[in-house]
Amino acid sequence: MSIAARSRHVSAPLGRLVLGRLLLLPLLVAVVTLVMFALAQRTPFDPVLAALGERALTMDGPTLEAMRARVSEVGPVQQWAAWWGNALQGDLGVSSSQRLPVAAVIGQRLPWTLGLMSVALVLAVVGGIVLGGLAGTRPGSWADRLVGGGLLGVQSAPPFWLGLVAVWVFAVWLEWLPTGGATAPETDAVEAADVVRHAVLPVCVLALSQLPWFGLVVRDATRDALAGLPVRAAWARGIPTAPLLRQHAVRPALLPLVTVLGVRVPELITGAVLVETVFSWPGVASATVDSALRLDFPLLAALTVLTTVIVVLGNLAADVAYRVIDPRVGERDG
Amino acid sequence: MAEPWRTVGAERSRPWAGTDRRAGRRPASRWWIALLAVAVVVLLLGAGAESQRADFTRAFLPPSAHHPFGTDQAGRDLLARSLAGARVSLLVGLVAALVSSVVGVVVGSLAGSLASRAGGLVDGALMRLVDAVNALPHLVLGIVIVALLGPSLSSVVLSVALTHWTTTARLVRAELLALQGAGFVEAAVGAGAGRWWVLSRHLFAHVAGRVVLATVLMVPHAIMHESALSFLGLGLPDDQASLGTIIEQSRTAVLAGHWWPAVLPGLLLVLLSLVVFALAERLRPESRGRA
Repeated sequence: MSIAARSRHVSAPLGRLVLGRLLLLPLLVAVVTLVMFALAQRTPFDPVLAALGERALTMDGPTLEAMRARVSEVGPVQQWAAWWGNALQGDLGVSSSQRLPVAAVIGQRLPWTLGLMSVALVLAVVGGIVLGGLAGTRPGSWADRLVGGGLLGVQSAPPFWLGLVAVWVFAVWLEWLPTGGATAPETDAVEAADVVRHAVLPVCVLALSQLPWFGLVVRDATRDALAGLPVRAAWARGIPTAPLLRQHAVRPALLPLVTVLGVRVPELITGAVLVETVFSWPGVASATVDSALRLDFPLLAALTVLTTVIVVLGNLAADVAYRVIDPRVGERDG
Repeated sequence: MAEPWRTVGAERSRPWAGTDRRAGRRPASRWWIALLAVAVVVLLLGAGAESQRADFTRAFLPPSAHHPFGTDQAGRDLLARSLAGARVSLLVGLVAALVSSVVGVVVGSLAGSLASRAGGLVDGALMRLVDAVNALPHLVLGIVIVALLGPSLSSVVLSVALTHWTTTARLVRAELLALQGAGFVEAAVGAGAGRWWVLSRHLFAHVAGRVVLATVLMVPHAIMHESALSFLGLGLPDDQASLGTIIEQSRTAVLAGHWWPAVLPGLLLVLLSLVVFALAERLRPESRGRA
């Protein structure tokens, strides 16, 4: 099938898929925020204290009570509607924990998180292909056992623990790298070399925590492909081992990898939250934790919306990529 | 909507698959089961009072014969503390897995048994709900739930259960749909069996094994989720210290070069989830084909 014919073949269900998901997205975000506002009605969350921050300390009891009474008259749905009314005009409120407009907080921190996540993801995927291919093309060998066992061990280890172990080994014991932060504490200036030095551990730990899924999927898909008829047929035709493995084993193994990439987006975010916390990385993920700990509702709400959007778009991108690579997927459902 | 990640889910829930598929045997499963038995006995008997006994003159003793895991900042024996923490983690994991399985079974059987009724409206709506929950980053959702409900054992359980029921729901629905066309079900209907009879005697009985397996496989996920929340300071209160809480409290110790309060309880956590996965693998049906 030519490329043009293939894309024609794909485009109809693909368009429907994209459209469907994009229509679902605002609905999903609306419901998630509504649930948040409903939950926030419950104690111990005090919207008045949260909104006032430290100004509440200087106010007298009756004033606070009056404000609480006024707030409690407004139900979660009205609060939610008001929040969206402002948010759609670009006003996300003021973060009480960061003492900055929420939009500014996100604008400052998002690049740090995106940088951390994208470099780690590339490392994890490349590492997964190399290790998985290495193990999958030699089933039963010592390399296969070593890679398989190692990946399973890492898979069972929580990212925050991997981070702490890395801090101990490389920062405290060997003193090769800094223990945390993104820049040297003495200076405010952001220097590339300094940032790279600070980024090595968080990036490597995040990549390591994502590696097992990619590696194991590539390994098993490679192994399955090797056991299949096409490989045996190619072998019978006398095709040399190296191109045979490349064409018939590693290539089909990359297909499931694309799907895992999309499915792993929530896990990548989870990993980022934990790794940013361990290394005091100044990204949005650690801000999410801070905002939750300090009941900084405006920031928490905005960050929840942001992560939901990223996850949905990530999943969508993986589904689209999958259907473009293998149009047969689209035929099954549309 | 097809679920291309089905195969991925299968992979993820079968971490042992392929370690020795060619030989057709499970890798050293007897050793794992023995280890599991020992672990469970130790955890259940576990040192209770010992884990709370503080002695500040013995703070941060490195691992030794007397304190195999060393001691923490308050001079508490870390092995006893880790075992007590593992017991809390295991308990939270089990309860959360059970709750999420119950939710999953209810949603899945509703969707599965109503799929052919009312134009699949109920089924469609429930499956979109599954998609929606799956589309959310679970830890962030958990953070939001625990932050707004206040850190406690029940909000941790709730936050795990509310984000982890979808796998079971999908599984139960798929099984029910697949079985509706099965020969023995048609035979039962042909013999005059009522809807409830078929559902209870054939369909649920058939699905039960898979649900148990899914529940067991959920436990390590739940433990991970709980320990991550605890590590972020959003999990269990201090008097119910779990492994995550213990590791969280060790962060400053690591910076001072005391590695054992973080490394050893973490190893126990890794071991715990490996053991539960191994147990689940024993429960898994022989066949590679899955729902």
